Amino acid sequence: MKESKFDRKIDDIGLKEGIAKLTPEKIQQTFQKFMDSEAGAKLRVYHETCVRCGMCSEACHFFVSHDGDPSYSPVGKVTQTMNVLINKKGRVDAEFVYKCAQIAYTECNLCRRCMHYCPLGIDTGYIMSMVRRFCHLLGVTPQYIQDTAHSHSATFNQMWVKDDEWPDALLWQEEEARDEFPNLRIPLDVVGADIMYSVIGPEPKFRTQLIYQAAAILHEAGVNWTMPSLPGWDNSDMAMYTGDFEMMGRLKRAHFECAQNLKVKKVVMGECGHAFRSVYDMGNRWCGWDNYPVEVVHSIEFFAYLLRTGMIKMKTKFPGPVTIHDPCNIIRGRGLMDELRFVAHEIAEEVIEMTPNREYNYCCCAGGGVINCGPPFKNVRVKGNKAKAIQLRGVKEKGVSTVISPCHNCHGGLEDIIHGYELGMDLKFLGDIIYEHMEKTKAVE
Amino acid sequence: MHDIYNFVVGPLAWFGWGVFILGAIYKLVYAYNKFITKDATSAHYMSWKFGLRSIGAWLIPFFTTGWKNNPLVTAVTFVFHICLILVPIFLSAHAILWQQFFGIEFFWTLPDNVADIMTLLVIAACVFFAVRRLAYPRVKFITEAKDWWVLLLVVSPFITGYLAYHQIFNYQFMIVLHVITGLAWLALIPFSRLSHMLFALFTRAYIGSEFGGVRKVKDW
Repeated sequence: MKESKFDRKIDDIGLKEGIAKLTPEKIQQTFQKFMDSEAGAKLRVYHETCVRCGMCSEACHFFVSHDGDPSYSPVGKVTQTMNVLINKKGRVDAEFVYKCAQIAYTECNLCRRCMHYCPLGIDTGYIMSMVRRFCHLLGVTPQYIQDTAHSHSATFNQMWVKDDEWPDALLWQEEEARDEFPNLRIPLDVVGADIMYSVIGPEPKFRTQLIYQAAAILHEAGVNWTMPSLPGWDNSDMAMYTGDFEMMGRLKRAHFECAQNLKVKKVVMGECGHAFRSVYDMGNRWCGWDNYPVEVVHSIEFFAYLLRTGMIKMKTKFPGPVTIHDPCNIIRGRGLMDELRFVAHEIAEEVIEMTPNREYNYCCCAGGGVINCGPPFKNVRVKGNKAKAIQLRGVKEKGVSTVISPCHNCHGGLEDIIHGYELGMDLKFLGDIIYEHMEKTKAVE
Repeated sequence: MHDIYNFVVGPLAWFGWGVFILGAIYKLVYAYNKFITKDATSAHYMSWKFGLRSIGAWLIPFFTTGWKNNPLVTAVTFVFHICLILVPIFLSAHAILWQQFFGIEFFWTLPDNVADIMTLLVIAACVFFAVRRLAYPRVKFITEAKDWWVLLLVVSPFITGYLAYHQIFNYQFMIVLHVITGLAWLALIPFSRLSHMLFALFTRAYIGSEFGGVRKVKDW
């Protein structure tokens, strides 16, 4: 391949300031150290054995949405980044690092859809996350996502929520909910509770009603639950996506220590995708754990359990047809597609599927930290996911105007796509519908 | 010419085989060591069940998502690889060499006319791959010089073998060229893109283990 032109550079102050501090020696030494100390057989073997067949291309929503532009294909992105780094042994200039960072952080969602297409089983998502790791080691990261990583370092949550603001947000939601459920509590720090409920930083910050809804559902179901009042409550993990694996490990430890101090049987987490990835796949490995030390149950599984056991009964079902958007980290990452469909059919009158779906689903284009790279890259996400817009328009024509997706990131991404392509559809969490349509035996009339 | 022939099927052949075998062992041992030390958190999840399941799924033509979405590439890839492996091993002329140098006696060899067709299929497949590299933007974009070298490396022994068998041009010259290109092919397996011959089963088994064991979904 000839050195390809990169004509889509986007101005980002984090990347710009980051490369301003680089020298060719620093880049080369950092790469050498990275290869010697961190990169193992996977990266080397993938680099050597990829036969450049290009079969992974059409797996990627970026490639599909850009009408087959090869620079957006999974292997195309590897060819422009890690491939050059390895071939040149890190002898690249700062501008090249900028390009690597832009591609790895904003043009790949690490959704791993391409894994269904590669005959050799080459994990492109892993390669791109290693490009990110290298950029992180050089201090070249997009400003917005780096800000969330800084927040993680300083506060152990993603959104600079201060230590007093967190319990305050919970008490506020408890107070609100008690208008509807007079005996409702959001029990804080109850040692020995069955379940610790954990959320991501953005919930108290700007989706606080989700905490209300969750409290209402848990209260109605009569679950013995608690929430931690101290840092460690946030299960999210943007450090995982910036490549700051050290911080990722610290976050996971803090979170599980919270659960262990409370001696709970399980952690139930809100409707989030990436946080789930960080507990079953990435964070646990960094800490050297085979799996999570305290069982983590995703909301999908938990709602399925509540509905199956009759702890929650639906009074009505959501009227009209809905469609399901499968979040990568929960479905392709953890195989919860059947549970999701069970819940969706229990709570909605009719479900009309988009195809491809389940573990073959197209990503929302916000995941993998891409939405966290902020406004400079919003158009990258929206234009880069025309494929999803076409899918959504397809079901819209069949009369669907509501999309269920149990993931915060997917909501953020799909919202922009729905607006960007003027689709006029609503987005719902499972919790939104369950809260709205369940039997509320403990509520005041 | 006879001296040259004797040299290439004698010392040079031993050299080629030596490089192939020692190189393959070196590469596999190096990768294994790196895998269990640097990628220990991946190695931990290796599973026979899911690894073999994944290999099995991808050995069936048109079964996996990747194969289904690229029917022509799939057909050519399967035919190419089957011929590529069977012809050099089971060609009747090669059976003599197996017997002569390794003492391995074959009970069955490919009928010559079948081997002839299979050789042409390999050459045709390589032409297909070359055209694809030139004409298909998604492949052209990612093609490097070494992808061309490897294609040339693979097709050369088949072209020279075909020409030698049919005694087109000078047989003596062609057969020597055939042996040399064949040995180069063998010797470079561990040190080129062809190393996917050594690693494919392992990369497949690894990702199968991750998808089956950790992510609980199919990897095809």
